[in-house]
Amino acid sequence: MAETRLMTINMGPQHPATHGVLRLVLELDGEIIVKATPHIGHLHRGVEKLAEARTYHQIIPLTDRLDYTNAMGNNLAYVLAVEKLLGIEVPKRAQYLRVMMAELQRLAAHLIWLGTHALDIGAMTLLFYNFREREEILRIFEEVAGGRLTPTYLRIGGVAKDLPEGIEGKIRSFVNAFPDHMKEYETLLTKNVIWLKRTKGVGIISKEDAINWGVTGPTLRGSGVKWDVRKAFPYSSYDEFEFDIPTGSTGDVYDRYYVRLREMEWSNSIVRQALDRLPKGPIMADDPKVALPPKEMVLTDIASLIRHFKIVSEGITPPRGEVYASVEASKGELGFYIVSDGSNRPLRMRIRPPSFLNLSALPKMIEGGLIADVISAIGSIDIVLGEIDR
Amino acid sequence: MQVFYFLIETIIKCVVVFACLMLSVAYLTWLERKVLGHIQIRFGPNRCGPFGLLQPFSDGIKAFFKEDLIPGSADKPVFVLAPMIAIISAISMFAVIPFGNQFTLPGTDYVVKLRIADIDIGLLYVFGIASLGEFGIVLGGWASGNKYGLTGSLRAAAQMISYEVALGLSIVGVILLSQSLRLTEIVALQAGGFWHWNIIYQPAAFVFFIVCALAEINRTPFDMPEAESELACGFNIEYSSMKFALFFMAEYAHMITVASIAVTLFLGGWQAPLPFLEFIPGVFWFGAKVFILIFFFIWQRGTFPRLRYDQIMKFGWKVLFELTLINILITAFVMLLKG
Amino acid sequence: MAENFGILFQWLIFLGMAFVSIVASLLVITRKNPIHSALFMVLTLLCVAVLYILLYSPFIAIIQVVVYAGAIVMLIVFIIMLLDLEVELRSKMKVVYSKIVGVFLALLFLFGLLYSVVAKPPTGEIGSLTPDRMANNVKTVGESLFTDYVFPFEISAILLTVAIIGAVILSKKRT
Repeated sequence: MAETRLMTINMGPQHPATHGVLRLVLELDGEIIVKATPHIGHLHRGVEKLAEARTYHQIIPLTDRLDYTNAMGNNLAYVLAVEKLLGIEVPKRAQYLRVMMAELQRLAAHLIWLGTHALDIGAMTLLFYNFREREEILRIFEEVAGGRLTPTYLRIGGVAKDLPEGIEGKIRSFVNAFPDHMKEYETLLTKNVIWLKRTKGVGIISKEDAINWGVTGPTLRGSGVKWDVRKAFPYSSYDEFEFDIPTGSTGDVYDRYYVRLREMEWSNSIVRQALDRLPKGPIMADDPKVALPPKEMVLTDIASLIRHFKIVSEGITPPRGEVYASVEASKGELGFYIVSDGSNRPLRMRIRPPSFLNLSALPKMIEGGLIADVISAIGSIDIVLGEIDR
Repeated sequence: MQVFYFLIETIIKCVVVFACLMLSVAYLTWLERKVLGHIQIRFGPNRCGPFGLLQPFSDGIKAFFKEDLIPGSADKPVFVLAPMIAIISAISMFAVIPFGNQFTLPGTDYVVKLRIADIDIGLLYVFGIASLGEFGIVLGGWASGNKYGLTGSLRAAAQMISYEVALGLSIVGVILLSQSLRLTEIVALQAGGFWHWNIIYQPAAFVFFIVCALAEINRTPFDMPEAESELACGFNIEYSSMKFALFFMAEYAHMITVASIAVTLFLGGWQAPLPFLEFIPGVFWFGAKVFILIFFFIWQRGTFPRLRYDQIMKFGWKVLFELTLINILITAFVMLLKG
Repeated sequence: MAENFGILFQWLIFLGMAFVSIVASLLVITRKNPIHSALFMVLTLLCVAVLYILLYSPFIAIIQVVVYAGAIVMLIVFIIMLLDLEVELRSKMKVVYSKIVGVFLALLFLFGLLYSVVAKPPTGEIGSLTPDRMANNVKTVGESLFTDYVFPFEISAILLTVAIIGAVILSKKRT
């Protein structure tokens, strides 16, 4: 009798369920996974290296393209790092606007996750419902920032522009309608027996393993660790908002699903709070080295014209030093480590992408499972290859 | 001369049924896309003709003119044979289904019965052909020389063999009630209003039959062989052009046939639901009932996620199998008590 | 004339099916690729099923298709797909004993067949279950199975159950 041999199967980079260009080499015994090796790098663009050749402001559009589902959050992490380096304080209104946009973006990112995750498990209808709501968020972004997928809304020291007229009503109506939509999603999935069968007890990662692998975000919270950068190191006035950190217990796919759904509810609540309490005031820090002078001043005052020209062409020059700032992006802790040599360009910029570390824990989750579990596990850690490969 | 009349009649009926079936298959694809579209807040096909009604034909023409690729590592004869097996078996299952009553040809006394063949073992014939049809899917995946295809085939083979058992057992109750395997007799026994239909006497069996049927025709939540998110289409991953279209058509033809069998066995076949409605021809009732079942198949596809392979097998053997056996036991017991 | 036509038709079908089944069964044992062999086996079984229909035994014919062509060959194909064909082809399976035994058994079977063709039909009283009655009605088949032949029927059921349990135990041991 022939001995049992493992079948090696190459999942991706072109595969409908690997969320982009992830390549997984699976060694199978029948349908059971003996070994899984993720191969990455198919979407490498060298963002970290590109950043070394750009002025500080020019890097913001690059961050949009890291985790392209969470552009506002990426912007926020980067500008927070530079502001920390510069040591400037951002006005309250700008901080609230940032929070509002970051949370709307988190909603949009989680909506994409939910749709694609459900699609992977075979419930295709949800995707269209999710994209209906995401579209509304993107319309809001379009009005606020001018861009939909890559809004590049945040600036060092504040935000690009104030809210246009009438947008607050649109945001409010979205926020008010959203809980009903959540009910729709939950009706389709949360208590669906098939969904429970596919997600409960699948792709488990224990509390200890999750911490040891450096997993962050909903994936970590799904394993029962109450850790959220927004609470642990409050940034951008997050300490003024009321929200809870939802956690799971077993760390399986269902827990991660459930944590994200609760997170969406909290994000919605944070947007509402930000909208209710939005303070009046400037939207840029009052620092002549960072902020552009107002347009009327540029047209009338020669000193302002020169300052405008200097900041736009040469960029800002933070002091020498090293700085790390991180935010709770939709996928986990997104951090930027910037080394400045005092010039107008960073000497080195290192990104700590949450998806990269979450992905590294994937083999731990899926070994011993079935092929179908790989799909649900990949969906549940919500990776975006733009961020992993950078 | 009777033999010649019989031959001519059979040939005409074959051609008509085949044409109707193919047309239904074409419009079933349209219907599925349209219904799914509206479930998913989009429009479905609407560019090609009014309401996208010409879409199936443009799809057919497209499939016809696409390049026909056969992978180098494929087993060529088997690769070509597999879609043929699939479509032939899916269509020929329809041969024994009575889709209407009889009528007399105008101007003569020649009676035309609306079924192609009325054989004593009609139900068994259906199962025999269905079991042959599985070869199409299984061989198709294997012959592609693709690991995803092979995995799809293995899943298909295991799943279909398992669910065929439960499918066969689920209809034993109906056979016990009607004491015949002849489909026309089963239909005749359900005449005279919906309270005579087998679904009233065998509701559990009907549910089991629908569940097993979904597994047999590889639809969500049992669409393991072609789980597109895991196996990237599974058994038909390497198929292109008309060969792919044949698989596609076979799947939909299979769906119609399975719905027809369910209608015949449980929902009174071509019989009208209420006695005073009998002036409407049986073909209409048959079509309407089949349509309702097919709509249900499409609807649940838009609703449910997909089960996992091992869960499907467990469900088939550990739940459905026992339940169908219990159903048979109870049916037999009740029939014994009644005498 | 129609009568003659029918008989001619039957003869044509018989000759065609017999010829195809013989060729197919030859191909079963000559093909190198086991999947091809299995497929030709299906063809052979189908032809034999048609022969049964010609003998007015549609029940036997359809059981032939369901059980042999549908289920058993499907399982064989299933097993073959799980094996690595190229390794099997290279090893050429040179087990001589099995060939000798196989040839012996085949010859025995051939003699048995020849004898049954040549031998006179057994004389004796004809029971109530004539072939004509059995042919057309599934009910009669069932009745005879559950009355006169209930003992062999149940014995074969037990035999199959034992075989299933054996298979389960064998496959358990491996892991």
